[in-house]
Amino acid sequence: MEFKPGSRWKSAVDSTEVVVVRAPNGAITLECGGAAMIPLGTTAIAGLSLSPAHSGGTAVGKRYVDAQSGIELLASKAGAGSLSVSGRAVTIKDAKPLPSSD
Amino acid sequence: MQTQLLLEMAAEAFSDRPGYAGTSESLTYGEAFARAKRGAAYLAGLHGDKLIYLGANGCALPLALFAAGLCGKPFAPINYRLADADLRKLFARAAPAIAIVDADMLARVDGVDGVTLISRNAFEAECADPAHQLADLPAVEQDVAVLLFTSGTTGEPKAAVLRHGNLASYVLSTVEFMAADESEAALVSVPPYHIAGISAVLTGTYSGRRIVYLQTFAPDTWVHVAQTEKITHAMVVPTMLGRILEHLEKTGLSLPALRALSYGGGRMPQSVIERAIRLLPHVDFVNAYGLTETSSTVAMLNPDDHRAAIASDDPLVRRRLGSVGRVLPNLELEIRSSDGLTVLPAGQSGEVYVRGAQVAGEYLHRKVLRDDGWFATNDAGWLDEAGYLFVEGRLDDIIVRGGENISPGEVEDVLRLHPQVVDVAVLGLPDDQWGERVAAVIVPNGAEPDVDELARWVKERLRSTKTPETWKFRSQLPYNDSGKLLRRILRAELAQEH
Repeated sequence: MEFKPGSRWKSAVDSTEVVVVRAPNGAITLECGGAAMIPLGTTAIAGLSLSPAHSGGTAVGKRYVDAQSGIELLASKAGAGSLSVSGRAVTIKDAKPLPSSD
Repeated sequence: MQTQLLLEMAAEAFSDRPGYAGTSESLTYGEAFARAKRGAAYLAGLHGDKLIYLGANGCALPLALFAAGLCGKPFAPINYRLADADLRKLFARAAPAIAIVDADMLARVDGVDGVTLISRNAFEAECADPAHQLADLPAVEQDVAVLLFTSGTTGEPKAAVLRHGNLASYVLSTVEFMAADESEAALVSVPPYHIAGISAVLTGTYSGRRIVYLQTFAPDTWVHVAQTEKITHAMVVPTMLGRILEHLEKTGLSLPALRALSYGGGRMPQSVIERAIRLLPHVDFVNAYGLTETSSTVAMLNPDDHRAAIASDDPLVRRRLGSVGRVLPNLELEIRSSDGLTVLPAGQSGEVYVRGAQVAGEYLHRKVLRDDGWFATNDAGWLDEAGYLFVEGRLDDIIVRGGENISPGEVEDVLRLHPQVVDVAVLGLPDDQWGERVAAVIVPNGAEPDVDELARWVKERLRSTKTPETWKFRSQLPYNDSGKLLRRILRAELAQEH
């Protein structure tokens, strides 16, 4: 799977959706709720379920990063599953909101 | 990442929240997204690969911007203040295109080959028509989000290209999703064809701050709407701020709901911002510096900077009120010498360079970003020891009058046609009301021509804002060895005469 910037992915086991903000610097796998995420607009294989070990939840509007691969994801839809990259739990990217200039 | 996802997220998470208000209607995020999708489905069936927007502010602007993204047609808002002939030239350049045009402007652009016209009202009606289904939308991969025509040095507008990735990067790195509380409302009075008008839609949507549109700016209506709509945030160009302050002083009115006021788009006279801070002590002021080519703001003087500067006895801190603050955290900024390579230390003036994901640095068919990602802004400036940026003006002498860019060459060309004018130089002089005003230095053919007659000459051929307000007569103009007019010398001489 190629994780191009702008490409959109959805969880196979919960409502989470993400968009790739920064591409990874090598081959990775992307999971949510312990199951591989699938391209938005495709259908998940039946019978998968949310892994209790990956059920910390994903919050809409938060950015998630994996330091090792450099991939950055924006959660475009919240869900009960938590994200992982090649099995590694992602971390929330610190937001530093600025005063509005628009 | 495509910018229409910003609205999709807002609609998904906060469907019922009011998002946009025009003079007579308002839209929630959920409704706006549904309408933008229908608008996109409608536009996808028309001939044209770009979407022109020629009209005033209103709910149609976010609908058209997001619909354009959804159907993969770059959005090209055009300045309705241009002369008809110039408008038609831009329409022809954008063809094949679809154009959303205010009803009272349709006649001005009728019959341009390859451009399908639709009135703004008709477009809004299509957006509300449930017959248009998103299912009809083709899958699109369109990288270019917005084309903005900027005034170039030669006077022929350049089409600046802003990609979805540039704009999304600006939004994600400066705004937190739905961080605004429900009482927040931003008054937008910059026109749709200004980069600030585009970025306002995007950051307003993503932050969840309701946008209230003013069709066109006038100080009394601005203050009236700010009061009645309980506006908490607004962005103005320096000229607008001066006029708003005048109105407040004259009427004794206040703006109790206003929390934050940002300004940018031209040189802010220090006297005006000091007056603003005195008159509106409860307001957070932000000075934003950016260019069309950089997807809006790249440096910012934040509210704390303003307060520190105004309270300080240290002239080095105090003068920062005249700076544009420091570079945004996700960007790099350098001052370089005229060789374009040597990075200058603090205190030395050179050209401002920026680098980062939001920096597009691209015109239609011409990328001007360096291979290493740096963009030469064509602005002159310097940094102080603490990294505050002082912008001195355009390197190429574009005159910025009241937020409007005026190309001296265009005005000079017209004046040169006058029988009593042998040579002419047009340049901007500092002006407390407009930021800059247009000045003309004329080498006459014999006796000095009548100033009113020259002004009329320009006004008839261009428009009133481009007509010089200061006139000087000389026996010759300063040129360098290669025949280039030395505007800077002329400007320094004129400034001394005042």
